[in-house]
Amino acid sequence: MSMTRQPALLGTSGLIFLAVLFVAAVLVPVLNLYAAPDSAVHVPTYVVSLLGKYLTYALLALSVDLIWGYVGILSLGQGAFFALGGYAMGMYLMRQIGTRGVYGDPVLPDFMVFLNWKELPWFWYGFDMFPFAALMVLLAPGLLALVFGWFAFRSRVTGVYLSIITQAMTFALLLAFFRNDMGFGGNNGLTDFKDILGFNIQADGTRLTLFVLSALALGLGYILCRFLVRSHFGKVLVAVRDAETRVRFTGYRAENYKLVAFVVSAMLAGIAGALYVPQVGIINPSEFSPANSIEIIVWVAVGGRGTLVGAALGAVLVNYAKTYFTSGMLAPYWLFMLGGLFVAVTLFLPKGIVGTYYDWREKRRQHDDIPDEPLATPRPAE
Amino acid sequence: MTSSARLFRLARVLCSALALLLAAALVQRAEAQDISAALSQLTTNKYDDTEAALGALALSGSPAAAGIVSALADGKLVFGGLPPRVFIEGPGGALLDPLTMQPAADAPAVKPVRVNNRVRRAIEAANGALSLVSPDAGKRREAALAVGRSRDEAALPALEMALAKESDPKVKSAMNLARASILIAKEGITPAERIAAVELVGAEGNQDALAILRSVPESAAPEVKQAAAVAIEGIERNLAMWGMAQNVWYGLSLGSVLLLAAIGLAITFGVMGVINMAHGEMVMLGAYTTFVVQEVIRTSYPGLFDASLLIAIPLAFLFTGLIGVLIERTVIRFLYGRALETLLATWGISLILQQAIRTIFGPTNREVGAPSWMSGSFEIGHLSITSGRLWIIVFALLVFFALLATLRLTRIGLEMRAVTQNRRMAASMGIRTNWVDAMTFGLGSGIAGIAGVALSQIDNVSPNLGQSYIIDSFLVVVFGGVGNLWGTLVGAMTLGVANKLLEPYAGAVLGKIALLVIVILFIQKRPRGLFALKGRSIET
Repeated sequence: MSMTRQPALLGTSGLIFLAVLFVAAVLVPVLNLYAAPDSAVHVPTYVVSLLGKYLTYALLALSVDLIWGYVGILSLGQGAFFALGGYAMGMYLMRQIGTRGVYGDPVLPDFMVFLNWKELPWFWYGFDMFPFAALMVLLAPGLLALVFGWFAFRSRVTGVYLSIITQAMTFALLLAFFRNDMGFGGNNGLTDFKDILGFNIQADGTRLTLFVLSALALGLGYILCRFLVRSHFGKVLVAVRDAETRVRFTGYRAENYKLVAFVVSAMLAGIAGALYVPQVGIINPSEFSPANSIEIIVWVAVGGRGTLVGAALGAVLVNYAKTYFTSGMLAPYWLFMLGGLFVAVTLFLPKGIVGTYYDWREKRRQHDDIPDEPLATPRPAE
Repeated sequence: MTSSARLFRLARVLCSALALLLAAALVQRAEAQDISAALSQLTTNKYDDTEAALGALALSGSPAAAGIVSALADGKLVFGGLPPRVFIEGPGGALLDPLTMQPAADAPAVKPVRVNNRVRRAIEAANGALSLVSPDAGKRREAALAVGRSRDEAALPALEMALAKESDPKVKSAMNLARASILIAKEGITPAERIAAVELVGAEGNQDALAILRSVPESAAPEVKQAAAVAIEGIERNLAMWGMAQNVWYGLSLGSVLLLAAIGLAITFGVMGVINMAHGEMVMLGAYTTFVVQEVIRTSYPGLFDASLLIAIPLAFLFTGLIGVLIERTVIRFLYGRALETLLATWGISLILQQAIRTIFGPTNREVGAPSWMSGSFEIGHLSITSGRLWIIVFALLVFFALLATLRLTRIGLEMRAVTQNRRMAASMGIRTNWVDAMTFGLGSGIAGIAGVALSQIDNVSPNLGQSYIIDSFLVVVFGGVGNLWGTLVGAMTLGVANKLLEPYAGAVLGKIALLVIVILFIQKRPRGLFALKGRSIET
């Protein structure tokens, strides 16, 4: 029995977020298709793909916020789940190339012909069917998270130790995927995609569809996370974050709660990766690099940990800044800025943009005894 | 020319030489020491006589023989006078007595001893045989090894003659081995002799011996074959053991690198609980300090180059220590108790430091030279040990024990441990915890800088140097047990050796992956590492 009023499923900021997402999902295609190419409001196709990429990053950030903001698991290996989802999609796209590859082999992707392989390895079976590939987008990261989390949470590896072994996990995968013998294209990864579900992957229509799908996935992902964290399950998660031992003493199997959240988060990251690959046209082992995973953390920290909306906002803002600064004269200084951002946010904006805004709004509503966002101000996990 | 190619040529020359000499040898052995007959033969100016004289010289054992043969090769051997005598033409045309190398008393008209292709071959052959009795022990050994490899029966008499005179034990064993390896395949010797040869070769215990033993003829007596099989098995076991020892050595070498990289982290992470992701960059700064020191030395004080590392060590310690204190005072002290935030902030600092170095020194690798005392290698048994690696192991251990002593024996070490164990109690005893924090972080960073000096010798000095060590270092510290320096030592050496022992079976990359997985699983089993600190606090 809850003594306080259950907060709304979406809340004000959630509604605003979904509304913005919806407007973007409608407006971008309209402006791309119907605005004259030379008009100021025209959105070129490459921008559509760029925006689509940001949205998949936002979904990835959301998945990190679910476990970091609400369970206190700082995973430095979230990029691994993203990349696994991406590889599953990439394998489907490779099989779609068929005889149009450089070597024209109907079954084997180019890199296998190049390596003189005669047969498709068993783990490539089934990836010519989209439903199977789609299932693997969820299962590959999900299973890895299940096995890894089951071991880690059961033996109560927490905090920094968990962060370090998640980093070791993604590093091991990085090394593994770099090997040609693994059968995932080695160094070069998977690329030269032709079409997806029969549509030309380069066509404007396909790009717009992928963009809209990314927006949809982000919106649904947000609603799912929101639903999870305001349920009874979510309350236990927050309790685990703030005082795991006490939760355990109260009779909850804390490790099971963490495991479910971890697996859901990994699957969300997998979906984000699967939508990312067709829009950027390549997936290679560098997605596994530990530095990438740490960068995701900073998106969430900038936007506001434990706010969901903030994670998505942070991902878009930081990546927009990255695109803007790395393409101009300021390129050599981008790492200074990114590094400075890490330091500045942790020192001066520990709750991120959205978290700070919530605090400010809270202060204005001093007299209101029913907070709208009870979960919005996480205490530090340690 | 590589040494094996040289040996091969030498062996070829020796074979032809010895076959040629055999006949001459049997006749002339009686007058071996006396080369005057040979010298007078040289004055007839007939090719056949010259060739015979060369054969006599080669087996004479006379110290002057080598000089005479090489003078002939250079066209400096002349003859003339009445009765005709042989001279060596010295610098400026002076005539020297071939036996004493003193200027001759008189100066008759002379002409050079004629040489054709057949004589040239005989010269080469004589040179080869002479090297078996050369005054230089190294040359004698090389010649013996070449004979052993060629396994030419014709070389046996010369070899046995050289063996009788040999006194250097190393050369003697090489000659014995050569003789045994010829005997093993020789026709018409008794099984007992052959077994003795097999045993002699077996005792040598290396790859060459293995090849020789495998060539025992099918026709040999069963007991000979049996002895050979036993010897082969013994050698193979022995070689496998040495191979293992070599891998362990490589592992210790890798372990010492890991130890150097991780030991500073053991202070900042282990003692202070600060996750310093910029630790790798401190190592990198230390390596760049070495580079700058060497640049200055190269341009201004070239004589000091061999001391460059010794100069760089304190400078790197001070410089990176100072940077560490700066980071602690400006960023980290606001984040105590928030380990995950520290991780992010220090990651940001690491990006800034990398980019700063890239801006100043450029993105490419910088050349850091090795002082002369660090190059070279030597062998212990069948182990080959490079001096550079040995120095790094010694250095890593020195740093480790110095750090251990600092923590155990000094005032600041005592204060550091006090603050770690109970910050508030330490503060109320009058310890300035802020200052201790800054010093501890500075110490950890300074040690990382020193590690950078050592690592500049074995790794590319580039802005990314630190990145490659950070994950390994954390794993070492976590594996060994946080807050325990001995754990870091054991952790580093265990991971290093395990990595190198896995490599032959799994390959470098798979071995590394396997090791990562093993460590991940190990941490599940013992979440606090090998040597966990025992205490009542369940969780922090």
